[in-house]
Amino acid sequence: MIPAPFTYRRAWSVEEAVELVAGDGEDAKFLAGGHSLLPLMKLRLAVPQLLVDIGRLAELSYIRDEGDQIAVGAATTHGELAASSVLAEQLPLLAHVAGQIGDPQVRHCGTIGGSLAHADPAADLPAVVLALDATLVARGPAGPREIAAADFFRGLLDTALEPGELLTEIRIAKPGAPGWAFQKFTKRAIDWAIVGVAVQGDQVALVNMDQTPVRAVAVEAALADGASAQQAAAHAAEGTSPAEDLTASRAYREHLARVLVRRALVDAHGRT
Amino acid sequence: MSILGTRVVRTEDPLLLTVGGTYVDDVRVPELTGAARVTFVRSPVAHARITGIDVAAALEAPGVVAVLTVADIDDLPPPPPPPEGEPPPGSEAAPLPMGGHWAEPLLAVDRVRFVGEPVAMVLTDDTYQGEDVAELVSVDYEPLRAVIDLDDAIRGDTLLFPAAGTNVAVTAGAPADGSGFDGCDVVVARTIVNQRLAPVSMEGRAAAASWADGKLTVWVSTQNAQLGRFILAGVLGLDPAAIRVVAPDVGGGFGAKIGLDRDALLVAWAARHTGRAVRWAETRSENLVGMTHGRAQRQHITIGGTRDGRILAYRNEVIQDTGAYPRMSGFLPFLTGLMASGPYDIGHVETANRVVVTNTTPISAYRGAGRPEATAAVERAVDLFAAEIGMDPAEVRRINLVPPDKFPYSSGGGAVYDTGEYVKALDQVLAAASYADLRAEQARRRERGDTLQLGLGLASYVEITAADAAGGETARLVVHDDGTATVYTGSSAHGQGHHTAWAMLVQGELGIPMDKITVLHGDTDLIPLGTGTYASRSLQLGGTAVHLAAVDVKEQARAVAADLLEASEPDLELDTERGVWQVRGDPASSRTWAEVAAHAGTDGLAADVNFTEGQPTFPFGTHLAVVEVDTETGKVQLVRHVTVDDAGTVLNPLLAEGQRHGGIAQGAAQALLEEMVYDADGNPVTGTLVDYAIITAAELPSFELLSSETPAKSNPLGAKGIGEAGTIGATPAVQNAVVDAVSHLGIRHIDMPTTPARVWAAITEATATSATEEGQ
Amino acid sequence: MKVTVTVNGTEVAAELPDRTLLVHFLRDVAGLTAANVGCDTSSCGACTVLLDGRSVKSCTLLAAQADGRAVVTLEGLADGQGDLHPVQQAFREEHGLQCGFCTPGMVMAAVSLLTENPDPTEAEVRTALEGNLCRCTGYHNIVRAVLAAAGERRTR
Repeated sequence: MIPAPFTYRRAWSVEEAVELVAGDGEDAKFLAGGHSLLPLMKLRLAVPQLLVDIGRLAELSYIRDEGDQIAVGAATTHGELAASSVLAEQLPLLAHVAGQIGDPQVRHCGTIGGSLAHADPAADLPAVVLALDATLVARGPAGPREIAAADFFRGLLDTALEPGELLTEIRIAKPGAPGWAFQKFTKRAIDWAIVGVAVQGDQVALVNMDQTPVRAVAVEAALADGASAQQAAAHAAEGTSPAEDLTASRAYREHLARVLVRRALVDAHGRT
Repeated sequence: MSILGTRVVRTEDPLLLTVGGTYVDDVRVPELTGAARVTFVRSPVAHARITGIDVAAALEAPGVVAVLTVADIDDLPPPPPPPEGEPPPGSEAAPLPMGGHWAEPLLAVDRVRFVGEPVAMVLTDDTYQGEDVAELVSVDYEPLRAVIDLDDAIRGDTLLFPAAGTNVAVTAGAPADGSGFDGCDVVVARTIVNQRLAPVSMEGRAAAASWADGKLTVWVSTQNAQLGRFILAGVLGLDPAAIRVVAPDVGGGFGAKIGLDRDALLVAWAARHTGRAVRWAETRSENLVGMTHGRAQRQHITIGGTRDGRILAYRNEVIQDTGAYPRMSGFLPFLTGLMASGPYDIGHVETANRVVVTNTTPISAYRGAGRPEATAAVERAVDLFAAEIGMDPAEVRRINLVPPDKFPYSSGGGAVYDTGEYVKALDQVLAAASYADLRAEQARRRERGDTLQLGLGLASYVEITAADAAGGETARLVVHDDGTATVYTGSSAHGQGHHTAWAMLVQGELGIPMDKITVLHGDTDLIPLGTGTYASRSLQLGGTAVHLAAVDVKEQARAVAADLLEASEPDLELDTERGVWQVRGDPASSRTWAEVAAHAGTDGLAADVNFTEGQPTFPFGTHLAVVEVDTETGKVQLVRHVTVDDAGTVLNPLLAEGQRHGGIAQGAAQALLEEMVYDADGNPVTGTLVDYAIITAAELPSFELLSSETPAKSNPLGAKGIGEAGTIGATPAVQNAVVDAVSHLGIRHIDMPTTPARVWAAITEATATSATEEGQ
Repeated sequence: MKVTVTVNGTEVAAELPDRTLLVHFLRDVAGLTAANVGCDTSSCGACTVLLDGRSVKSCTLLAAQADGRAVVTLEGLADGQGDLHPVQQAFREEHGLQCGFCTPGMVMAAVSLLTENPDPTEAEVRTALEGNLCRCTGYHNIVRAVLAAAGERRTR
């Protein structure tokens, strides 16, 4: 219930945040909304020695239409994403998914950067940025760099971020194909997805079908070959490695993936 | 117009809604200033010998006040020795810990038997230091094989209590010989599971204690302060007069906070042992393994009857998992047996049970305590029987429900049901739900082959409330010389609204307005004698006690008023509308309660009642659940829930409905979502609220409650108990609905919780089976 | 570190361990015990308060994260003139509470909901409260209370 002791520092700029963490490396964590990190710390599953609070950095909280792309500051909350008229018009998939994360209290605090950096395979936003082919911008002691979403998620709770690197921005090219859909299968509305599917145009990404979000490559290939939603969805589980756990067997997840992909593709088609 | 039977908003609410309740961890009194915080060190393993405890590092930690292990418990009287000879008949069915070979220690001695068992306690100045220091206590465990599976437990290859020679703590009833089913055209048998649940009161367990001037004061989140004091006196070897137990606001109990458990006893002991005030409030993770669990029965049910729907015989054989320590002996399955045949007129009823220990959290009462298990079993049996003979489950129920002219009815399980209108309840629900229309809609969807199928589930139930009516309940009523009144009740509300209800009773009888009535409970200094709130007993027993006290005060007041008015008693009347005594027909002569009470003396008027003449009562009803099942994914949505819950005369419909709503939600939650799961090594898999799926507002519809009041005859209020009825009816209705939704695929049963994965597995198996059959 | 939070309009400052959770700051430093701790996985919502006007789970925030900001708890909801907030009033009238432990969080979550969605449907209310667990009421009357409060606000 109570985190192990740690030192708290508040950063007033991205540079300062990076500097503060640079010294401690593995033992330091950035704190944005804290709604992925603090729950782990309260159960003492994570015991960082230093927390650097970046929650006040206005420079990381924005949603900007930049012509060909949308730029989202990493510390933008899920609630802000959900309420954004820019996103409603340009990237409704992102707005919609953000609006379904957790509950209202979580959405008032949790940030897109925090969720992506945490990289829980059962989280929704990682699959969304993968479906959207987003570019993630990070800043570290060595300076800024861009990471393609396809390269960002490395493994279970593991990303391409180096120790001390801070996610600053998510850039998403405005999609050519307008059709989008999101299917999230849960026992209760509040639960993490047992399986989820994010669709933008003909790009399909899966939630919780592996240790990272994955693109449903076989589905996309079938669609490219002119397959119907029904036919393409039959390939949904190919190349995935879903977990076997308390909530669902591997076979059940694979089945759900096929059903949800089909439903998502039909939904998305209905939005074109 | 009398206030009784009307919707009165609660007197408890203004405080709860503006400053919040005062639960144990909110109590701020001088005695607890500077109290040390207790943090328990708990076993992380399910079954092990303790070979050493090293507290050296813990003792060095900042903020440490004490680190206590069993070695420090040197100041308690020894537990009573196991009794000589055979235990008296029926004692195994008493709701008491078994003791003897099965005795449960305070802190673990040389063995731990469940994950979460307390092994040591650390006392720190600060709350936050508690977990830090607890982590520094080093316990050496030599693991033993964990016994989790019931059959493994029965086989007894590994014994939790070697001296007992078995893991079967209680055996009752006769083995099946099948002869009772000889006359039946149709016999259906099945093994079903009533799964282990965690009560998850929103407030966990909590206690605080102070030992000063030879007196122990304990604040504890309990359903019975007086029972708590009795237990403390015995365990600590103290005179009850030296103990004060206070139940402040309690954030839910559901049966799991009856009395005091070992953790709370240890907190009280630590205060006396160290001389320092202490406080403790468990975390939710501790609560999920440390607070007792509920249900956990495996049931083998057999039902037999004629092809035209008459049930002739029923057997329910229960294996009760009681967890690591038999805290309730054979009481829970005894109640399951007592209510086994439910509201049905079944000629031949057999029950049997075994109580088995396993390396899991101990089992105790949880909303319904043995009766939801009985109803869930017989309601599944009735639906299985209905499916076998191809008759609508509503029709089978109608044929077999005890008719109104058979009351009082001696059931095959052994209970005598007092009053009931079972068929009427069934018909009322079917009409309100437009059952025929629902069946028609179901048929249309089946014909179309819709993905979303409709399921209708019924449960007709009867349950026993105030089973321990002989234990009585107390009330003291004082009307003060300023016209206000105070009720001291032995009941112990933890959300039920007794303060409102008892004030209504006093206003109803005496005409003193509710805003002049204070109700007190839960403090043994003020109310030394009382039973507390559980078993849905408080209105019929505690409310009756309040009512009788009011009647007593009224009669005393009559004599005093006669003196005051210089009139004769028969000429006087109490105008309850205005709350005044007057000469009949002469309002100008009226005297207020203040004047009458003052005339009686500075102590006013008082009456004490201990109402022990009550009888167990039998509320009943029917629930209909309507679910939609997504046959592609197995996901279930409860879309409607219609009920009759008849608990006799209703004092306050607002409160009664609230109890029904809460019960329905918990009942539906068992059917759909909740299960406490252990792995084969006895590690809890559902150890947090992320995995233990408490139902939320998003999973439930608004409920449709119908009215029905068939008065009880054993108390002047005509009241039966409503607290557990909703849970009892809802669980099987929802489970039956889920099975019904997919019965056209040949599915006859799905165990609870009917999670999407379980439903999908049933659908997959059924479709594969029929595909195989079609292929032949 | 030193943390200063405006709680129900009053500044509360204290020197605290960095790991102090906001809920403990409110309960033990500000002395406002209405917000309750009901779980350790941010699941139950009993600790819900308003931070800069929006509902948050105060057990999942460090007090330091609220430094310099404004928190409103149940105790700060009534207008101070003896009038209950419409949500408080509605919870009473509709019997939206029993043991009361979830109530402070439930009320604050409802207040936040109605700020963002003044005229919710029943379904929207139920979804908005999915992060607030209640074991006593079955949510039926809580939902009625929130809808009644919305109606009351609408007619003002």
